[in-house]
Amino acid sequence: MASTQLHGASVGDRIYRFTTTAFALSIPLLLVLLAIEVVVAAWPALKAFHLGFLTSSEWDAVNGVFGAAPAIYGTLVSSLLALLIATPLAIGVAIFLSEFAPPWLRQPVAFLVDLLAAIPSVVYGLWGIFVLVPFLREHVMPFLADRLHLGDTPLFSGPAYGPSMLAAGLILAIMVLPYISSVTREVLMAVPRSQREAALALGATRWEMIWGAVLPYASSGVMGGVILGLGRALGETMAVTMVIGNRHEISSSLFAPGYTMASVIANEFSEATNDMHLSALMAVGAVLLAITLVVNIIARWLVWRVERRGQA
Amino acid sequence: MRIRTLAALIAIPALAAMASAQSVDLTGAGATFPYPIYSKWFSDYATKTGVRINYQSIGSGGGIRQLSEQTVDFGASDAPMSDDELGKAKGGKILHFPMVLGAVVVTYNLPGVPKSLKLSGIVLGDIFLGKITKWNDPRIAALNAGVPLPAKDILVVHRSDGSGTTYIFTDYLAAVSPSWAAGPGKGKEVRWPVGLGGKGNEGVAGQVRQIAGSIGYVELAYARQNKLSYAELQNASGAYVAPTIDAITEAAASAAKKLGKNTDYRVSIVNAPGKKAYPVASFTWVLVYEKMPNATKAKKLADFLKYAWTDGQKAAATLDYAPLPGSVVKQLEQRAAALAGTR
Repeated sequence: MASTQLHGASVGDRIYRFTTTAFALSIPLLLVLLAIEVVVAAWPALKAFHLGFLTSSEWDAVNGVFGAAPAIYGTLVSSLLALLIATPLAIGVAIFLSEFAPPWLRQPVAFLVDLLAAIPSVVYGLWGIFVLVPFLREHVMPFLADRLHLGDTPLFSGPAYGPSMLAAGLILAIMVLPYISSVTREVLMAVPRSQREAALALGATRWEMIWGAVLPYASSGVMGGVILGLGRALGETMAVTMVIGNRHEISSSLFAPGYTMASVIANEFSEATNDMHLSALMAVGAVLLAITLVVNIIARWLVWRVERRGQA
Repeated sequence: MRIRTLAALIAIPALAAMASAQSVDLTGAGATFPYPIYSKWFSDYATKTGVRINYQSIGSGGGIRQLSEQTVDFGASDAPMSDDELGKAKGGKILHFPMVLGAVVVTYNLPGVPKSLKLSGIVLGDIFLGKITKWNDPRIAALNAGVPLPAKDILVVHRSDGSGTTYIFTDYLAAVSPSWAAGPGKGKEVRWPVGLGGKGNEGVAGQVRQIAGSIGYVELAYARQNKLSYAELQNASGAYVAPTIDAITEAAASAAKKLGKNTDYRVSIVNAPGKKAYPVASFTWVLVYEKMPNATKAKKLADFLKYAWTDGQKAAATLDYAPLPGSVVKQLEQRAAALAGTR
């Protein structure tokens, strides 16, 4: 049936169909070519270090020994930290804007939150160096370590110099917040009025209505927003490099400096002359690509599960 | 081979920029450190002679790769090319021409310490190795009699991005501290035993300025333009020397005395022997194929080099670079003349 329709279709339709198909296929093709090129360039390093590349903390360009474990750890931890801080905040902002804010406030606040996404990351980085990091060093870190007596716990131990995993997580949280809140707001607004009215009619308070009827309905969309934020956090380079302290070391403390994969590449690529060094940087790129892919697949799977549960 | 392809891809923006500039006579790529003075030279030279030179400051590594692939007429680097890198060059033998001198200064943040600290190479090495951890360590105090040194922890700040500044600094540490030479070694990017990494001179200086008790290194021009406090370093003859323009030129002059007539100038001048020499100095080089495929270009480039070594050197100090000593310039001019006469 479909094919007979196609035969009957005009030439214009066929060209149109062909063109859009080509467009659609060009993106996956580009991704595949990119992945191939990166992996091929990374091959010498992956072959030389095997699994040690993923598990070793030794990164020594002078002696040609490369292990990316601290960078992998740093990317995951800083992104996770960013999501932990940004997600509740962003959902709160979105709930306020979609459910409580008077119309005269809704547009300006939504606009300002969205504007956070438009600030270049180097500006975030500079703000991080000159405002956030000194503030953390002088107020937040002493407060956490001394006033709350968390200084002895592994998470907040060690000297508080400022540039740290904590600083990187915080700056990423601010950067991903607009993505999560913007998507969440749109999704909440799209929840049918009947859903809300039904909850209220059953005697729910406003809080119960939002928590019990609106958020579950929108949960897969909210998850989508969080994934978008995560993607941004994993790949962010400039701002993180400027505040994380750039140290190839895994430390349990959030006060300690760390490294991320994107930062390593940005820092070292332009001056890497030795073939193995270049290849190691490419390998870091390949691992970052793979991790982004895996994280996204897991996240999609979560969304899918939430959606299925919602339908049941 | 694949890496070469990628290197070529990196060259694409550079090529695009070249295409947009009209009637460019020579193209070069490389080090960012000498970019301010190079761009002044290029612009002055274009006004004077009409010869246009396009230079992309993409980093020494990129400059060396592009020269090896022959996509530019000359490269520029803060570190001499290794034998391995020279072997990969597609256009034959590459010559190193020193253009100007740079230096790296040790900057620190110690409130209440009024005058410049004095540091020896060994002590500096142990600070950066994490073996000396307090400012009032007896070994620092011994070099600074009468200076009220606080009992503060030392925080080391280094460059996180690969850079010629790091190369010069670690080259010095490796020359004066055996344990540094055996440990991290020298390179544009080494494995730092302790400390934080800041991106760029501004990243290191920003960190040092903010954190009391920190110590870092930045290039001379940056330190001078931002009025950072710096240490006087002990040189090979035992004197403590501040990083002045004269002391850096002196380092090159005293190091050059030991060079043979046929030197390839791939030499380090850290820890130079002169009494007044500042110990953390280096040449920055322009890299050229001995036999350039195009004779007109070779002539133009040789003429430019000559200009840079004569009139150009006068501009150096105003931009906080140290001029080459006269003895070195004389020798270089002879070599460049040979370059022009190859075809």
